[in-house]
Amino acid sequence: MTFSSPAPTDEDIRAIVAPMTSLEGPLLPMLHALQDEYGVIPDIAVPVLADVLNLSRAEVHGVISFYHDFRKSPAGKHILKICRAEACQSMGGEALAESTLARLGIDWHDTTQNGAVTVEPVYCLGMCACAPAAMLDDRVIARLDRARMDKLLDEAGA
Amino acid sequence: MKDFIIPQFPPGDDRDLGTPARSGAPVSLRVDGFDVTVPEGTSVMRAAALAGIMVPKLCASDNLEAFGSCRLCVVEIEGRRGTPASCTTPVAEGMIVHTQSSKVKRIRRGVMELYISDHPLDCLTCAANGDCELQDAAGQVGLRDVRYTPGDNHFDPSGTGARSQSEARLRMPVDQANPRYTPKDESNPYFTFDPSKCIVCSRCVRACEEVQGTFALTIEGRGFDSKVSAGTPLDDFLSSECVSCGACVQACPTATLQEKSVIEMGTPERSVITTCAYCGVGCSFKAELNGDQLVRMVPYKHGKANRGHSCVKGRFAYGYAQHKDRILKPMIRDTIEEPWREVEWDEALAFAAGRMKGLQQKYGRRSTGVITSSRCTNEETYLVQKLARAVFGNNNTDTCARVCHSPTGYGLGKTFGTSAGTQDFDSVEKSDVVVIIGANPTDGHPVFASRLKKRLRQGAKLIVLDPRRTDIVRSAHVEAAYHLPLRPGTNVAVVTAMAHVIVTEGLVNEAFIRERCDWDEFQYYVDFVRQDRHSPENMQALTGVPAEDLRGAARLYATGGNGAIYYGLGVTEHSQGSTTVMGIANLAMLTGNVGREGVGVNPLRGQNNVQGSCDMGSFPHELPGYRHVKLPDVREIFEKAWGVEIDPEPGLRIPNMLDAAVEGTFKGLYCQGEDILQSDPDTHHVAAGLKAMECVIVHDLFLNETANYAHVFLPGSSFLEKEGTFTNAERRINRVRKVMAPLNGYEDWEVTQLLANAMGANWHYTHASQIMDEIAATTPSFANVSFDLLDEKGSVQWPCNEDAPEGTPTMHVDHFVSGKGHFIVTEYLATDEKSGPRFPLLLTTGRILSHYNVGAQTRRTANVVWHPEDVLEIHPHDAEVRGVNEGDWVRLASRSGETTLKATLTDRVAPGVVYTTFHHPATQANVVTTDFSDWATNCPEYKVTAVQVSPSNGPSDWQESYNEQAERSRRILPAAE
Repeated sequence: MTFSSPAPTDEDIRAIVAPMTSLEGPLLPMLHALQDEYGVIPDIAVPVLADVLNLSRAEVHGVISFYHDFRKSPAGKHILKICRAEACQSMGGEALAESTLARLGIDWHDTTQNGAVTVEPVYCLGMCACAPAAMLDDRVIARLDRARMDKLLDEAGA
Repeated sequence: MKDFIIPQFPPGDDRDLGTPARSGAPVSLRVDGFDVTVPEGTSVMRAAALAGIMVPKLCASDNLEAFGSCRLCVVEIEGRRGTPASCTTPVAEGMIVHTQSSKVKRIRRGVMELYISDHPLDCLTCAANGDCELQDAAGQVGLRDVRYTPGDNHFDPSGTGARSQSEARLRMPVDQANPRYTPKDESNPYFTFDPSKCIVCSRCVRACEEVQGTFALTIEGRGFDSKVSAGTPLDDFLSSECVSCGACVQACPTATLQEKSVIEMGTPERSVITTCAYCGVGCSFKAELNGDQLVRMVPYKHGKANRGHSCVKGRFAYGYAQHKDRILKPMIRDTIEEPWREVEWDEALAFAAGRMKGLQQKYGRRSTGVITSSRCTNEETYLVQKLARAVFGNNNTDTCARVCHSPTGYGLGKTFGTSAGTQDFDSVEKSDVVVIIGANPTDGHPVFASRLKKRLRQGAKLIVLDPRRTDIVRSAHVEAAYHLPLRPGTNVAVVTAMAHVIVTEGLVNEAFIRERCDWDEFQYYVDFVRQDRHSPENMQALTGVPAEDLRGAARLYATGGNGAIYYGLGVTEHSQGSTTVMGIANLAMLTGNVGREGVGVNPLRGQNNVQGSCDMGSFPHELPGYRHVKLPDVREIFEKAWGVEIDPEPGLRIPNMLDAAVEGTFKGLYCQGEDILQSDPDTHHVAAGLKAMECVIVHDLFLNETANYAHVFLPGSSFLEKEGTFTNAERRINRVRKVMAPLNGYEDWEVTQLLANAMGANWHYTHASQIMDEIAATTPSFANVSFDLLDEKGSVQWPCNEDAPEGTPTMHVDHFVSGKGHFIVTEYLATDEKSGPRFPLLLTTGRILSHYNVGAQTRRTANVVWHPEDVLEIHPHDAEVRGVNEGDWVRLASRSGETTLKATLTDRVAPGVVYTTFHHPATQANVVTTDFSDWATNCPEYKVTAVQVSPSNGPSDWQESYNEQAERSRRILPAAE
C-alpha cells in the first residue's frame, strides 16, 4: 500500500482490472484489486469500471457505497475491526470498544494520529461462542479483554 | 411471458394495478370474498386490484417488476404462515386472501408510522399535495398518530427536532445542522430532486433501469444511510447519465422527484389525452391543465405506441407553444426588404389570395405550389394538398418527407407493395435479432429505443450498421453483437454483401420465397447477388467493414430466430437511398422475416406525421392513398368529391420548385409548418429560389428562417390547440385533441380553408372530423377510420377498412399486399460526392436527444442546457493533423459552401468521417450539404458530403451576413391604430 504515489490514471485502472474481465461477477474482485493497490477506491475508477463492464456510473457507485470495506479515504497501517453484534455486546463488547476508542483517542472509522491503526465497527465475525471478538487486518482474535486488546494495539504500533 | 412495459387494462381504467400483467393459464382465487380469475404468475396484489380491491402499497407500480420493499401490501392467505407481501406472492389455485384482517391492518399502521417518522409533515405546502401516494397510503391504513419522538432523520435541516420543514425554517438560527439533510437538487431544468422527502422505495431507480434502460440512478449506501443518487457523489442530476425522460418523476410516489411546473402552478385539475408532436414514435400523453394553463404532460399508460413511457422532448419540451417568439397576428409586406406589417386576418388573406391569383394569371396555372407539413395533422395536410389540386389547379404539392423518407415510400412500395413499415412497436418484444441501419434510436426515437433495449436485456441480439458508434452500439447493459462501421455512402454495398452471404451459404428461406414471392424475379436476383464481386471480402476495401464481421452479422440475422430490421435516415438520405430500402426488403424476404410479429422492415420515421403526410397525397404524383394522379379512375373519385377537374400531369417536387423559381417559372409558394431554408440541403440554392418568388406564404408558429424570404406570414396553431390525427411510424392513427384554444385564433386547417375560400373556393368544414370523413370516403386504406372509432379504440393502424375493421397491426400476414413480393437487383453505384485532395473527409449529419430537427421548437425550451450549439465530431487523428483541439472553432467547407462551428474530439466517428447536427440556424450545417439526391425520389444526400476541416477564428463572413439579413428581415412594424 502506497499513499504518496501520484493519482492513478485511466490506464492504470484498466491494467489492474484487465485480468478479471472474464470472471463471472467481476465487479467485486476488481474493486478488491483496486483497494489492494491503492488502499482506496479512486474516484476515477468509477467511470473506468462502468466502461469496462458496460454498466452505468451510478451502478458502480451503488456497489462501492454499499460495502463499507471499500474506502474513500486511506486507512491507517492496520485496520482493527471490533465486533458490535449481539453476542459480543452481551459479553462486554460495548465496554471493550469504548475503552479501546478512549485509549486511542479516536472515534469509529477514524485513524490514530500516527497512522498506525484505523478502527472500524463490524457486525459479527462468526465468533459468537468466544465473544467478544475483533479482527486485526486479516487475523481474527476472540475472548478479548482490555489486556489482550492493549497487547494487540501495542503490536500494531498504536 | 410478462407484459412488456405496461399491461392491458379495461379501456379507460387508469388505476395502477401494482404489478405487471402476466399471460398464463387461468388461476382462480378468492380475495376478501370476491372470486377472481387471473393468468398464472399474476401477483396477489394485481389479482386483488382486478377484483376491485386496492391493497395499500408504496414501492409497487404496474410498470415495474415487484420489489417487495415497502412492506405495506402485506396480506393474510389462508393455510399459509405469516403475512406475505401481496406484490411478490404469485396467485395459486383456490387461494383465499384477506387484505383487511386486523393483523395486517396493525402491521400496515406500524410500517406507515415508521415511514412518517422520517418524513416532514408539510403536506399542505407540498407540491405533491393531493397527488401523493404516501399521503393516500397514510389515509388508507388509517394512520392517526406518529408516536416516535424526533430523532435521527433526513428531513429536518435545522437538526433541532422539528417535525416539518416550515417549523425547521423558524428554528434555523440555532447553530446546529443535520448532517443527514441533503438540500434539493434543482440542476435539471424540468424537475427537482428533494431527498428530504424520499422514502427510498427505489421506484425511480427501477423505472430508470426497467422502463428507460439508462441506469442513471442508484441507491447509495445502506441501511438508514441509503439514499437515491444520480450518478456518483460528484454528479448532480444534470451532470449524471440521466436523459431526463421523466420516468423517475412519474414513478415517484412523493414530491421527491417533482416537475418544476407543478411546484410553480399547482396540481392540475383536468386532463386531455393527445399525441406528442415530436418524432415518429407518436407517444400518447395526458396533457394536464388548470383552466387553459398546461401544467404538465404525462405519458398515457394506455398509449399503444409508448406504453406509458416518454422522452425529454415530449414529456418536458412543450414550452415553445407559449414562447414569446410565437407570432399570433398575420403579417404582410410587399417585398422582403421591407419590415413586416401586422394586419387583420381578412387583409392578410385577401393580400395572399390576390397575389397568388395574380401570379397564376400572369405566369400560368402551374406557377404556384404548396409544401405540406409532416408536423401538422392528417386533416391539415389533406387540405393543403387539396388547396393545390382543387384551388390552384395543379399538382405542385410536396412535403418534407421528400427530404427524409421518400425512398422508403418508393422502395417498400416496389418490393412489398405498401409504402409503410410492416409492424407495430409491440412487435419488438418478440424479436430475437434486431438490425439497426442508419438510425440512432436512443437519440432520435428514444421511447422505441427504451423498448428495444428492454428486449436486448432479455437476450435478443443486436446488429448495428452505422458509420458512427451510436449509444445503442454500447451502453449500460446493451452491446451490439456486431457493429459494422461502414464508410458513408456504401449502404447498398453492405446490404448486398449481406444478401450474398445469405444466398451463398444456403441460409435462404426457400419455402417462404416459393410461397410468397415472385420466383422468377428471385432467381434473377440470386444470379446477381451470388456473383463473387459482392462477397464481403471483395467489398471490404470499399465499405471499410471487416469481411468476417459482415459474414457474422448476415449469419446471425438469417439464423437467429425472428429478425427485425429498423432503419432511419442513414438509409434514405443518400443518392442510392431507394436502392438500400429495396436491398433491406430483399434481406427480409430472403430470410422469411416478413408477415408475423417480431420480424419485418420498419422505417423509424423522423417526424410525428411523416407517415400521414405521405398517406394524405402530399406528393406531386400521388393522390391520397398513394394512387397515381395520371390514373383517371383515381382522379374521378376526387373530382366527384371536390367538384373540380384535377390536372393529370404530376407536379413539381421541392427541389424542382426551387429550380423552377430560379429559372423564373415558379412564383408563388404556400409553405405550412416547414422551414425549408434551414432543413433542405444546399442553403444557398434554397435562398436563391425563395428570393426569386413573388409570393411566399409562410404558415408557422415562428418567424422561421424561410420566413426571411416570405411576403405573407400566417400564424399557426400548436399541436395543443387543434383537433386532428397524426399517423406514426407504425401506421397508427392517433388522435390529437384540442387542449386549449388556438392562441392565434384558428386551427391550422381553418387557416388553409380561409385561404382557399379567399381564392374563391367554397369549403365549409366546421370540424376536423369532417375532413377525416372525406379522407375515409375517398381513400380505401382509411375507409373505416372516423373520429368516433379512434375515440373508442384509442388508435388504429391502417389499412382500416372492410377487411380490417379495427386496423392492421402487422402487414403482409398471409401474402404481400401486392400479391407477390418482388426481389429487385441492387447494384451499388458510388455517389458522385467523393472525398479527394481538396475535401478529404466525409461529413454525415444527424440529430441529438434533446433537440428536434431545425430546433424551432426545442431551441425555445430549456432543452438548450444539454445542447446549446451544434458541434463537429472529429476523430482525434484527423484533428491532430489539422491542429484542431477540443472546443476549437473550425471551418467546415464543402464544394457547396462553408460554415464554422466548434469541434469536439471523439472516436465515435472513424478516421476520415466527421459528424454534426443541424439544430441551430447559427451553424447552418446545410450550407455545406450538396444538391445530390436519391435517383428515384430526389431525397437529398444529407449523409455524405466531402468536406475539409481547418482551424478558424469564429463565424464565417457568410454566417455574419446571413445573420444580418435575417435580423433585417424580421423587423415588425407595430400595427396601425
